[in-house]
Amino acid sequence: MAAAVVGFVLTLLGYFTGGVDGHRFWANILLNGFMVIGLTLGAGFFVAVHLIAESGWQTSIQRIAEAIGSNIWLGAIMIVPILLGAHSLYHWTHTEHLDHILQMKQGYLNMPFFILRMFIYLAGWIFLFHNIRKVSLMSDVNPDLKLFNRLRTFSGIFIVFFAITSSTSAWDWLMSIDAHWFSTLYGWYTFIGMFVNSIAVIIIFLVLLQKMGYMNHVNDEHLHDLGKYLFGFSIFWAYLWVSQYLLIWYANIPEETTYYVTRIKGFETLFYVNVIVCFVAPFFALMARGTKRKTTWLFYTAIIVFLGHWVDLYLAIMPGAVGAEHSHIGLFEIGLSVLYVAIFAFFVFKALTKGSLVPENHPYFKESFDYENIK
Amino acid sequence: MYVSPLREPLVTGAKSYKDVTDDITKPMEGKPGKLWYVGLATALLALGFGGFAIYVTVWEGIGSWGLNRTIGWGWGITNFVWWVGIGHAGTFISAILLLFRQKWRTSINRSAEAMTIFAVMCAGLFPLLHMGRLPLGFFVFPYPNTRDLWVNFNSPLLWDVFAISTYFTVSLLFWYMGLIPDIASIRDRLKDGIRKQIYTVLSFGWTGSARHWSRHESMSLILAGLAAPLVLSVHSIVSMDFATSVIPGWHTTIFPPYFVAGAVFSGFAMVLTLMIITRKALNLENYITVGHVESMNKVIIATGSIVGIAYLTELFMAWYSGVVYERYAFVNRAFGPYWWAYWIMMTCNVITPQLFWFKKIRRNLAATFVISIFVNIGMWFERFVIIVTSLHRDFLPSSWAMYSPTWVEVGVYIGTFGLFFTMFFLFIRFFPVIAISEIKSVLKSSGENFIKKGGRNEK
Repeated sequence: MAAAVVGFVLTLLGYFTGGVDGHRFWANILLNGFMVIGLTLGAGFFVAVHLIAESGWQTSIQRIAEAIGSNIWLGAIMIVPILLGAHSLYHWTHTEHLDHILQMKQGYLNMPFFILRMFIYLAGWIFLFHNIRKVSLMSDVNPDLKLFNRLRTFSGIFIVFFAITSSTSAWDWLMSIDAHWFSTLYGWYTFIGMFVNSIAVIIIFLVLLQKMGYMNHVNDEHLHDLGKYLFGFSIFWAYLWVSQYLLIWYANIPEETTYYVTRIKGFETLFYVNVIVCFVAPFFALMARGTKRKTTWLFYTAIIVFLGHWVDLYLAIMPGAVGAEHSHIGLFEIGLSVLYVAIFAFFVFKALTKGSLVPENHPYFKESFDYENIK
Repeated sequence: MYVSPLREPLVTGAKSYKDVTDDITKPMEGKPGKLWYVGLATALLALGFGGFAIYVTVWEGIGSWGLNRTIGWGWGITNFVWWVGIGHAGTFISAILLLFRQKWRTSINRSAEAMTIFAVMCAGLFPLLHMGRLPLGFFVFPYPNTRDLWVNFNSPLLWDVFAISTYFTVSLLFWYMGLIPDIASIRDRLKDGIRKQIYTVLSFGWTGSARHWSRHESMSLILAGLAAPLVLSVHSIVSMDFATSVIPGWHTTIFPPYFVAGAVFSGFAMVLTLMIITRKALNLENYITVGHVESMNKVIIATGSIVGIAYLTELFMAWYSGVVYERYAFVNRAFGPYWWAYWIMMTCNVITPQLFWFKKIRRNLAATFVISIFVNIGMWFERFVIIVTSLHRDFLPSSWAMYSPTWVEVGVYIGTFGLFFTMFFLFIRFFPVIAISEIKSVLKSSGENFIKKGGRNEK
């Protein structure tokens, strides 16, 4: 709560002293809103994909991912306000002066359809994950296997729905800021960013909970596995980053390169910092076996990755929505993010109290405590 | 290691360690059946025909193929990409599934890796032939030389050479290293004779001491670590052969991950096709169970759906981009002169695999077999669609053309089937198709008789 107050104060301070105009204000609302909903969705995906793949090890930390995922509604509340600022964010909303290309896109990029899609995404995600969470909590008192099968059914539907909507929502909310630009990989790239980020946040919450004296059943093997996840998917993120960059750079078509030109010219430092923090740092920090098993190493690497993906979103949004001259990271940016993260953390902790931290009746729960990572 | 009683056993039929060795080495001892000879003869015949087609290609030149100035890549590259794709299952199973601790991989990794190696050999043939003159293959390897002439490091085609040769080397090492303990067991079972001598040499003096095992295991882990990124890199680079260009339908950023998913998809389809026959022919139903088939079908539906989403993304983006050429390329794919190839691809890759959402179909061997063949066909047509359909109507309508293969191209393709199956038949005759030592390592945790007891086994 203290963090929320600090964040709120900083936000106000930043707002009144930093000369924040409409563009910058709404761009930050979008950034933080997308970050939070991305975290909740990534964690939701983590739960669903493990349920459907029948994995055993993750049952020990499943409740953390579930608690984060059960806050999709919070992410929804945070992302919906962008509708109010759509004029500042998306220049395709100014239908009175569209060029030829944007006119061709009007079949997709128009306000009513945009709102409808947003409603469908949010309703679908909230409904499906709400059921996963509900059934999972029910299984605490009722060890019936039917519940587990029901969980798997919902997980399957969630994954299929999310597989489509994760891409389309990324096109809607982020890619359409640079309305002329397009890239087929964009949806997957955004998805993997949110997934890595939510793994980092799961690790952060795990360590925090352990500091508070909970989750003591989690052992080195679990940390090791989470470390591998963070390591592996950071590499995967870099792989997609390179795929997109390399192909656009190589083909050198002006309509496509413009995306990177504006970023390298106007945001040079951040552009490279992004790659270093999201890829190089976790790559070297977690390469060794030992570091994945050490709580502190893992914790700080996770924080670095989390900050890295904040920068990633900053780079996705600011160049198009605010422009290089007007955007910088000031008190307002920091304050608003602290505020959002504090609210997010508050509701995650609240969700954690709603059920047992160990899904004892999960049929694979015992497996989680009898396995070893290969040396 | 505790295993939940809910899990399906990976080895059925109350097997002991000795049963495992006996069952798996059985096809190698004694005389092979008639079917094996018939199969090998057919494969050799196809190989011979392919050899002749290659002879014609080399003697007459690429002119004996159906290519023309507009369509410079036809069946040759289609087959190349198809075979490389099939080669992905082996490494995926041995590296990625190892990292994900999927124990069911132990029953299929050996043959999938063998399949990988043979498929990559078939694939490698096509670029070499496509050079027209075989000695030109010599020039793609970069080495310090007195001619001061270097290869073109900017070309994705060259990256292919590195990616695929690395991939081949690592896969071969991985496969052979896993074989060593099993070869040693065969050696020990054989009475004196020439065969024993051969297996003795092949087993590299393996004694099964703790020291050997420790080296063996750390080496497996290193190779798995190397192989995991290779699974992604190889087909990513193959995709860049297309995607780095500015040809509508080729230049799209989703290509690398989408090609990788497609490759794993087609690789698993081929593994299924082969395994369903092998388990029957060699009486290995207790080791390659319906549960294994179901797990592979789940991989098929996951990767198949990823491929499906990639198709839809490409379609949408072609429209959304507002680029007229891009839009035309996709309309032409679906409704142009090669519409049939597009719809075969869509049906076999996107629609039929969705049937695996039904558990009954996932666990039905006949249905799985048919669908796996469909996937093989669909994935071949995917490459055909990408290559031929995107090329045949280029920016200049005056150079629009059509393409159909000559018997020579078809012959080379049939020849690679011959090569693939010749190798595969020899493999199942002389090497254990299932990793004996790895099956034994999961027997105590996942064998039927052990799971039934409650699955509690002390480490």
